Amino acid sequence: MSSAHNHVTTTVSFDEALTRYDPVIGLEVHVELGTASKMFCACSTEFGAPPNTQVCPVCLALPGAMPVINAKAVESIIRMGLALHCSIATWCRMARKNYFYPDMPKNFQISQYDEPICTDGWLDVLVPNEDGSTELVRVEIERVHLEEDTGKLTHAGGATGRIHGADYSLVDYNRAGIPLVEIVTKPITGTAALAPAVAKAYVAELRDIMRDLGVSDVKMEEGSLRCDANLSLNIPGDAWGTRTETKNVNSLRSVERAVRSEIERQAAVLDKGGVIRQETRHFHEDTGVTTPGRSKEEAEDYRYFPEPDLVPIAPDPAWVEKLRASIPQQPSLRRAGLATAWGISAFDMESLVNAGVLALVEAAVADGVAPDTARKWWAGELLRQANDRGVPPQELAVTGADILRVDELIATGALNDQLARQVFDGVLLGEGSVDDVVAARGLGVVTDETELLAAIDQALADQPEVAEKIRAGKIAAAGAIVGGVMKATRGRADASRVRELILSRCEVSG
Amino acid sequence: MNSTPKGPVNPDMAADLIRQSARVLAEAIKSGEVSAREVTQAHLDRIGAVDERVHAFLHVDTDAALAHADRVDVKRAAGEQLGDLAGVPLALKDILAMKGVPTTCGSKILQGWLPPYDSTIVERLRAADIIILGKTNMDEFAMGSSTEYSAYGPSHNPWDLNRIPGGSGGGSAAAVAAFEAPLAIGTDTGGSIRQPAALTGTVGVKPTYGSVSRYGLVALASSLDQAGPCARTVLDAAYLHSVIAGHDPHDSTSINAAVPDVVAAAMKADVRGLRIGLVKQLSGAGYQPGVLQRFNEAVDVLAQLGAEIVEVDCPHFDEAMSAYYLILPSECSSNLARFDGMRYGLRVQDGGDAGVETVMADTREMGFGPEVKRRIMLGTYALSSGYYDAYYGQAQKIRTLIIEDFTRAFGQVDVLVSPTTPTTAFPLGEKVDDPLAMYLNDIATIPVNLAGNCALSLPIGLSPADGLPVGLQVMAPTMADDRLYLVGAALESALFDRWGHLLIEEAPAL
Amino acid sequence: MSGITRAEVAHLAHLARLRLAEEEIDHFAGQLDVILQSVASVSQIATQDITPTSHPLPLVNVTRADVVVPGLSHAEALAAAPAVEDGRFRVPRILDEE
Repeated sequence: MSSAHNHVTTTVSFDEALTRYDPVIGLEVHVELGTASKMFCACSTEFGAPPNTQVCPVCLALPGAMPVINAKAVESIIRMGLALHCSIATWCRMARKNYFYPDMPKNFQISQYDEPICTDGWLDVLVPNEDGSTELVRVEIERVHLEEDTGKLTHAGGATGRIHGADYSLVDYNRAGIPLVEIVTKPITGTAALAPAVAKAYVAELRDIMRDLGVSDVKMEEGSLRCDANLSLNIPGDAWGTRTETKNVNSLRSVERAVRSEIERQAAVLDKGGVIRQETRHFHEDTGVTTPGRSKEEAEDYRYFPEPDLVPIAPDPAWVEKLRASIPQQPSLRRAGLATAWGISAFDMESLVNAGVLALVEAAVADGVAPDTARKWWAGELLRQANDRGVPPQELAVTGADILRVDELIATGALNDQLARQVFDGVLLGEGSVDDVVAARGLGVVTDETELLAAIDQALADQPEVAEKIRAGKIAAAGAIVGGVMKATRGRADASRVRELILSRCEVSG
Repeated sequence: MNSTPKGPVNPDMAADLIRQSARVLAEAIKSGEVSAREVTQAHLDRIGAVDERVHAFLHVDTDAALAHADRVDVKRAAGEQLGDLAGVPLALKDILAMKGVPTTCGSKILQGWLPPYDSTIVERLRAADIIILGKTNMDEFAMGSSTEYSAYGPSHNPWDLNRIPGGSGGGSAAAVAAFEAPLAIGTDTGGSIRQPAALTGTVGVKPTYGSVSRYGLVALASSLDQAGPCARTVLDAAYLHSVIAGHDPHDSTSINAAVPDVVAAAMKADVRGLRIGLVKQLSGAGYQPGVLQRFNEAVDVLAQLGAEIVEVDCPHFDEAMSAYYLILPSECSSNLARFDGMRYGLRVQDGGDAGVETVMADTREMGFGPEVKRRIMLGTYALSSGYYDAYYGQAQKIRTLIIEDFTRAFGQVDVLVSPTTPTTAFPLGEKVDDPLAMYLNDIATIPVNLAGNCALSLPIGLSPADGLPVGLQVMAPTMADDRLYLVGAALESALFDRWGHLLIEEAPAL
Repeated sequence: MSGITRAEVAHLAHLARLRLAEEEIDHFAGQLDVILQSVASVSQIATQDITPTSHPLPLVNVTRADVVVPGLSHAEALAAAPAVEDGRFRVPRILDEE
């Protein structure tokens, strides 16, 4: 297909584009719910099973099979809607969206049309400015509705493994029928150069909310959170332009890049006096650009109508209120509060979030550990231990009490940082409590100076030329002897005291 | 009333197993007078003898039927409790999924498909130890009123082999009328149980929508379809009704409430003090004089039995057919989308290099017959943007008006009656390419499907014009199915007393 | 309602994935027209205040608990497939040549 790569030859830089055009963005995010079973049947939703092993008459659309709604999916979407400040419908129906595609076994998708379960919400997102400050942007939510996922197509033959040029395709229906929630924003205007960052921050915030609610594992790399980005440009003051829809942007970084690249592309087309076609585009992670997919000029006619095999959903308002009371505070706002309480910067907070240790730090603080200490250990040594072991940090069997005890021992001089590492290693290997490990491994700091002096004498004797230099006044050379002593005591010495003792032994003054 | 607990039976036929009622057979099996195998074999022999001419069956499951009959005999010998219909043979409409047994829906597109699961009805029949002889012929995907739209050739009316047996469930009705089975299961979307019953001199019941599970019933129009019993006596139908009805968690539209005691009602067979409504809109123009004559006589019988006869106005019934022929095709166009040659059934792939869209379109073109295509096109039109409100939306409102007509009528009377069909059985080929004329067969049966309530058709004599059977329809409110049997059995009993036999005994020998 | 055109029939056939032969399009255009005219009366009934009925039952909230029940075996799932490869349903290429 030659038209697939009609790259625009002239380019316009992002900054330049924004001097002439205002972007309007709209985001459609699909979240696969983390229910155990599918939306309309009892098949497992577990990721990674061999193809077509998690299917049944319902999700294979065998003749005669009928759907039954998963109660947990309804509860999950209502909680999502509440977290996004939406109104919850008191009565709504599922609808059939009719179109033929081999990844959809019924050739209609059970979705929602004009009666979505959640409507008219909003989400405040913190968007970083270039100068490091942050700006609060309110994104309005149009609707949040329930539907089902499609099967997974693998394209075979042809050169690229892509749909274009493939000889045939293979279908795995394990994913078909997994509950899917679609969250659609209202058009987001007035963001100018922040548009890509707003898009990214919004999706990141949604991801964090879903994770906090426990409704989805929101793994973009496994496709459990997918984003479509709509974008149009208009000359300031003019009506909105024609929009394109960039499909399946599958990482947070790509959300930002796709919006950015589409702004540049559309600006280049408009600069040349061209027109933007209303079309679906695909974002390519490798090149960072979007290419056209199907034109939407011949608009699909989905022939929606109420799903006659299902009855309406009418959530009891009292139940909805009960769910509302259980919605946790919005992650970014809660984090901002924590950062203030702990006296740390937004940047430091973000690194805790990115490292996946925020909840662990919070738990340690709740156990009485000083925030700085909790951060120091979780973002440092403990995170390294987790990485070394190839497990997520929350799987480390270290309690707030352990951190508290290590911190006490350091404060009294009984441990130093290096010994503390060995203590945690022992605790993680199941050697007992902090005190057990200190005792069993003999990890207390050596306070007996006779023992230290013996080690110093031995080190000086082992390295006579270094000893000579020190005696000649080259104090910096003492480091090598300190190293020898630390090695001999297996780190159990206080390095600064050792250094003092070396200098006095060599009769030079520091 | 001198109705016996076994219902009306012909005493002269005691030696002839195939001419007995299901209840008589069940009692004879229970008492050891005859074995289930003998009963099953007798019916298989009958099928072997006459079905070449009747063509009621698409598939006869000889081995499995005999094996099940043997198990029933073993159970009896072991002194186990047997169900009310244990060992009685039954013919199953080929629209119900049965594990490992061909299920074609009368269509080429499902030729060779073996369902990997049982419909709920089949599960219930098996659990009741009813012997399933095989699958019966039908208009393709239940669209039609004559079985002439079956891809496997029409069934023939046992009363006159040159005439249609009605449809879509003509195979089930013909099997019962030709003594190939004492019981059958049909499905009724607009009259597909009742109209064939009327034209073959048998009894057919469309239960309340939601009272018999649709799980495993290949959907034509999900909001209208309902499976029900076919038999030669009202009491037999009641027994079968009580086996198949009841809540099913696999069908979201299944009513979770106790099924009315239809067997007790059929045994009571008493209309004294009952108010019976004659629907003004369901007689007169379009109804054959011979049909009306028998109908009026039957109403007189009901009056003589002590019922109060009242004329009732249901003004919106005049629009029922129009609403029906918009709602049904709409739902059907979506329900039949899954037949695309991708996962099961026919695939037409000329030359092997066509794309998926072409293969789907070729498969559906080759696999579907003209009536199915007509209705898919009609439904696609009625749902498409720009026409939805004028057609589908408006038809749904008419549906509301028809429900209100029924509600009003049932405020005045206990049941409604009408001729089941406007005419007796017509010759094969007469209406096959005149869809509108074909649709008019269902004019009296459609309102009940739209409103979801229940109705029964029973034979009331032969038309003086052509000597062919005429049926009377009893309609009752939602979940008042027992009233159908109360009235049906009373009328049947009175007519039996008058004739000295069941009407079906007057059918010519085959 | 005005008559249904040949082009409309062709468009409907495409939406419904039916490859109608030329003469079938003509035949259906005529028949659909007759049927649509006969059902057109529904659009003439004044029903502004009427709630549409999509379903004959007044049921709501029919759901199932989120519990996994094993479905079909892999062999059963693929048994009826016209073509299978690598444990998957093999289907013709998705994009037709343009």
